[in-house]
Amino acid sequence: MRRYSPHLFYALLCLLILIAAQGNWLNAYLQLIIMFMGVNIILSTSLNLVNGYMGEFSVGHAGFMAVGAYVTSVLNVWLFTSDRVFGPALLPAKSVIFLFPVTLLIGGIVAAFVGLLVAIPSFKTRGDYLAIITLAVNYIVKSAIENIQVIGGARGFMGMRNIGNAMKEVVNLPWIMIWIFVGTGFSVWVIYRFVNSTYGKGIVAVRDDEIAAEIMGVNTRHMKMVAFMLSSGLAGIAGGLFAHILGYINPGSFTIMKSTEIMVMVYLGGMGSLSGSVLSAIGFTIILELFRPLQVIKWVAIPLLLILLMLFRPEGLLGHRELTDVFPRLRRIFVPQGRRA
Amino acid sequence: MGLDTLIQNFLNALQWGSFYALIALGYTLVYGVLLLINFAHGDIFMVGAYIGFFLATFLLGQYAFSLPFSLSPQVIFIVTLLLTMILTAFAGVTLERVAYRPLRRKGVNRLYVVITALMCGLILENGNLALLGANRRNFPQLLDNTVYSIGGVTFSDVKLLVIFTTIAVFVLLETIVRKTKLGMAMRAISYDRMAVPLMGIPVDTVIVFTFALGSSMAALAGVLFATAYPVLEPYMGALVGWKAFIAAVIGGIGEIRGAFAGGFLLGFVEIFVAAFFPSTLRDLIAFSILLVFLSIKPTGIFGVARATKI
Repeated sequence: MRRYSPHLFYALLCLLILIAAQGNWLNAYLQLIIMFMGVNIILSTSLNLVNGYMGEFSVGHAGFMAVGAYVTSVLNVWLFTSDRVFGPALLPAKSVIFLFPVTLLIGGIVAAFVGLLVAIPSFKTRGDYLAIITLAVNYIVKSAIENIQVIGGARGFMGMRNIGNAMKEVVNLPWIMIWIFVGTGFSVWVIYRFVNSTYGKGIVAVRDDEIAAEIMGVNTRHMKMVAFMLSSGLAGIAGGLFAHILGYINPGSFTIMKSTEIMVMVYLGGMGSLSGSVLSAIGFTIILELFRPLQVIKWVAIPLLLILLMLFRPEGLLGHRELTDVFPRLRRIFVPQGRRA
Repeated sequence: MGLDTLIQNFLNALQWGSFYALIALGYTLVYGVLLLINFAHGDIFMVGAYIGFFLATFLLGQYAFSLPFSLSPQVIFIVTLLLTMILTAFAGVTLERVAYRPLRRKGVNRLYVVITALMCGLILENGNLALLGANRRNFPQLLDNTVYSIGGVTFSDVKLLVIFTTIAVFVLLETIVRKTKLGMAMRAISYDRMAVPLMGIPVDTVIVFTFALGSSMAALAGVLFATAYPVLEPYMGALVGWKAFIAAVIGGIGEIRGAFAGGFLLGFVEIFVAAFFPSTLRDLIAFSILLVFLSIKPTGIFGVARATKI
């Protein structure tokens, strides 16, 4: 029973929020924030896989997010709605309720392949170059989208609101929120299982000492690529979900600023700490909302926060530790599977 | 494309590449000494342009009180240039003292310093936006931009000034790094960081000098850029800075020759891409070239791969 307590706990929490959303106890604004929290959790945990567990330095996470967002949105709008550019719907609008996760996954897979394209040249070289290349990819993706006029170019792409409405017409539930909960649970679960598996521990070995890991029989290049693809794929899924929250995306939302936001979340929570990433994603979303009236000052305050963090607690709030390590009593409820018992 | 257009584009590319080269210098100097990608450097360029703007307008007497004497625009230009370089050098050194040195003293992972640099850049950009507002500023015209025309090729004296200044800076820096004691110390640090303090070389002084040198070159680029394209805005350093960084990487980061070669190469690519394709593709192609280049020759044009000892 205790083995499944985290799953049960998460399911219960989601159910409660869904009931609250369905019963109109949560207003639209709070629902929006909760949905953004979910997306941010996916983003920060997936970046933590590369920047935290693997110790590489990827700075263009928003680029992969953009790929996922655009692929999923374009697929959905093309397949399920009649659109000015893409013509009438190819499939009945009602089928979106089954096919939404499929398009979401396709978005993730395409993003993962873009991630692979990045990984191949960068891991041949020294560590710094991943930063340069991911940065370049972030700009390339943004610039490429701006130049493709079919999907709106710099004006942005819309029409995803109809997808949410189509799902609501079949069964009247806040579907986007449900899929965000599913996606968040899925990505945290996947990363948790991955980094705790014998295979995935190779990633931590690469971080601690790459040469020693290589000698011990870890295929470091392969390991790095898998981790990077997983990370960018999950970012793509997060992007797909993000696109459907507001029903509008434009290349301007996937700039280096967005990447910085994700990085702040990772380093705030602590490198190599999954629960830290989840907590900091939740906390950071709230901080962002609180800072919203400050506008420009927000972007002075957030970097300053990170600099102070680097100066005084460079490993982040929970650096390389999990919540169960900080509060051992939690282990009575959540048994960390096979981790430092 | 006729010969005159070709030469015209060639000149434009030289000018455009000069800015990249001057900024790329700062990246490459700091990387050579500290192995730190100083992501805030593009914004130091922006700070330089703004300092230049305020100095120039101050010297022109556009504020509440005017100077007791009036200077000719050319003198103002030279005074502005020199003062801006000094002040921006201070800004760069301050950044190093406040943000990077404490981290270095703690001996943390190099990546933390890089992140700090990235954040410092964001603070400079957005702090500027918050302080001075979003309205663009026009850099006063100090040099009467005479346009010469030979054949079909037109060029202004500002363009020539930019190109020749860059070449002069190249010669100057090569001399500093190759011939002076400080330059030798800089090369020594990049060669072996552990041994240098043991030899009695004051590492911190060398680092401060490096930052001052790099920042003053960014300031030079800033003032020249503002003279050629007289519109200032807080984000002007971001994209130019990234591209200069690409130039430094293509040239082989850590090499002064590389910064110049990479800068001019990127300038040529961008100008000729804009000549043949829609100019919206410029950034796309510039960054794609970086990717292709890095996967073929990761060390850059002049860079040498170093074997790491286990």
